[in-house]
Amino acid sequence: MTTALAILVDGLVYAAWLFIVAIGLTLIFGVMKVLNVAHGGLYAFGAYSAATAIGLYFDRGWPVAGGFIAMIAAAIAVGFVIGLVLERLLLKNFYDKDEILTALVTYAAFLILEDLLLLIWGAQGLFVPQPYRAAGIVMIGTLPVSVYDLMLVALAALLAFGSWYCIRRTKFGRMLLAVLFDREAAAAFGVNVTKVYVTTFLVGSILGALGGAVTAPRISVSAGIGVEVIVIAFAVIAIGGMSSIGGALVGALIVGFARAFAVHFAPQLDLFVVYAVMTIVLVLRPHGLFGSAVARKI
Amino acid sequence: MTLLKKATLACAAAVFAAGTTIASAQNQPVKIGFPVFLSGPAVGAFGEPSKNAVNLIVRAMNNGELPAPYNQKGLGGFPIEPKIVDEAGNTATVVTEFKNLVQRDKVDIVVGYVSSAGCLAVAPVAEELEVLTIFYACGASRLFDERDYKYIFRVSSSQTSDAVATARYILSKFPDTTSYSGINQNYSWGQDNWRDFKLAMAALAPKVKMDKELMPKLFAGEFGAEISVLLASGSPIVHSSFFGGDLETFILQASARGLPQKSRLLLTVGEQILARQGKNVPDGTIIGGRGRHGMLASDNPINKWFLDAYVKEFNSVPNFPAYHMLSSMLGLKAAWEKAQAANGGKRPTTDDVIKAFTGLAFETASGPVKMALGKGHQGIEEVAVGTYRYNKATNQPELYDLVTYPAECVNPPANMTSEEWLKKGMPGAKC
Repeated sequence: MTTALAILVDGLVYAAWLFIVAIGLTLIFGVMKVLNVAHGGLYAFGAYSAATAIGLYFDRGWPVAGGFIAMIAAAIAVGFVIGLVLERLLLKNFYDKDEILTALVTYAAFLILEDLLLLIWGAQGLFVPQPYRAAGIVMIGTLPVSVYDLMLVALAALLAFGSWYCIRRTKFGRMLLAVLFDREAAAAFGVNVTKVYVTTFLVGSILGALGGAVTAPRISVSAGIGVEVIVIAFAVIAIGGMSSIGGALVGALIVGFARAFAVHFAPQLDLFVVYAVMTIVLVLRPHGLFGSAVARKI
Repeated sequence: MTLLKKATLACAAAVFAAGTTIASAQNQPVKIGFPVFLSGPAVGAFGEPSKNAVNLIVRAMNNGELPAPYNQKGLGGFPIEPKIVDEAGNTATVVTEFKNLVQRDKVDIVVGYVSSAGCLAVAPVAEELEVLTIFYACGASRLFDERDYKYIFRVSSSQTSDAVATARYILSKFPDTTSYSGINQNYSWGQDNWRDFKLAMAALAPKVKMDKELMPKLFAGEFGAEISVLLASGSPIVHSSFFGGDLETFILQASARGLPQKSRLLLTVGEQILARQGKNVPDGTIIGGRGRHGMLASDNPINKWFLDAYVKEFNSVPNFPAYHMLSSMLGLKAAWEKAQAANGGKRPTTDDVIKAFTGLAFETASGPVKMALGKGHQGIEEVAVGTYRYNKATNQPELYDLVTYPAECVNPPANMTSEEWLKKGMPGAKC
């Protein structure tokens, strides 16, 4: 019973974190067909800038709640600025080019962001556990669980609902869907495709930075964290179907529970299980669980 | 021109050319390549302190500022010309960079490499290119257990000595220990550490059982599920060879959920984060540091010089990778100057230095080193282990109950591999 409860909690927390770091990647790919490798850089920048904001905030002895706001504000600011620079100065020049070329461009951007991180923050990591510790722990049965981790589950649920609502219930969401299905047809019907692209990339970038920001208090923020994240985030969205936010949610849940199950019952398979699940899904459904084959225009 | 005149002129030209070459070689600096992590996740814990150490040590050596017997300038008077390169990347990249150092930059010697995978990949290439290469921080015992090398040396002990020392420490300080668990990174460093620790525990205390063995991905950054497993296991001891960001993250997540209150943490390389994370490391944690470095270092003039100079220049305390770099450079300097003395004061060849380095014994900031294993190419040194507490009165991290194990107590004899020695119950250990 205790083990089952632990798997449930561990799987849910890990899945929530995966969904938070993967949702921006899915959104950008779904709408813009850009495989944004720079997402890892945005995650890292979000983590570093949030860590800096948290450090500065808590050094002044201000109330704990404000530290959470400083963390989120830092992520939004850095995601907005980097997203705007990447989209307006770089990516807009490659929308008509092959998707592989665009992916390579974002990879180059990722490498530049990694070096920028070292230039700005140096090699030593940042350690800002104040929000994580301030949240405390709660006992679920006999298992002590971090309240901060449970807050991540709530945030993931909020993001899932928010994205569903925005896409399905707002005018912008309908425009976004129109661009997603056929960019040229949407433009012909008067949709401002450039505006949709810029907005989507900015939102995706802010979500990437937010993923890093909310992770910062629970890790040692150090060089290279973006690399690890981008690999696992790609696995999650590949399982779910590259363009589907619902798919990313299901992919995150599958990976989260598969990993938790492995750690508890076969820890030697911890590394293997995530990619085994991905391989099985892609063998059975090459476009992911919620993806579908799209006819290529010639 | 007669044949005799031609021959005389040719001989004179040859002698002049040879003389020029010798004179030139006599004045040339010793070019040393230093591959250390300048990017990636290992840069903070390993790369930065190692790079700092290179800059400090090379400058001090060139200026003759080291304490005796290392106070001669450079290497036997020859200035050192350093070239620091990035160790980051996969093994193919690491090997390519090594070849670039040798073939493009024409370095005479290479001193570097933290990653065990990098060391294992570079070693055969160094042999092929016939370049004296000193691995300064990688710990894989397999390096010299699996084959012999001519051009490869490693001054620092292998991870086997950490495992044996920490196992001995637990069993002497906590003789009631009934079981233990481990969480180690799923790659060569973590796997080899865990294997050696399990073998050492089995040899020293066969009745102590192993509860859980966890092998998360390297730099996973998320240990929630692993901590749940460890909490449920109730093991009195949790062993980990985590380093850098993974170690800091594990301590944070484990402490928040109360793991240190249920299980005593044993961190085989915990020394490296004490200066930075003193307040966050739980009291009672058992700390190792890959030998006798940092807060575990011996009190001798070399350590005093290094500690003072490092703190003055970088405003931080050197950790064990910095000490490993110092020990490696001191070993090289001792070998070079011994070879040069045997060569009548002339610049020694690579073969001369190798001959002098093989089986060499020398002093370091971390105590004496003897190149006793791997046919005289692998060093053994003392290993210190202590228990940690944060002194709130002085606001400083402290280690107490320090025990220093002699090199021959925690390393295999020359005629046995680490694994054989551990499996046979560590015969011949001199404690």
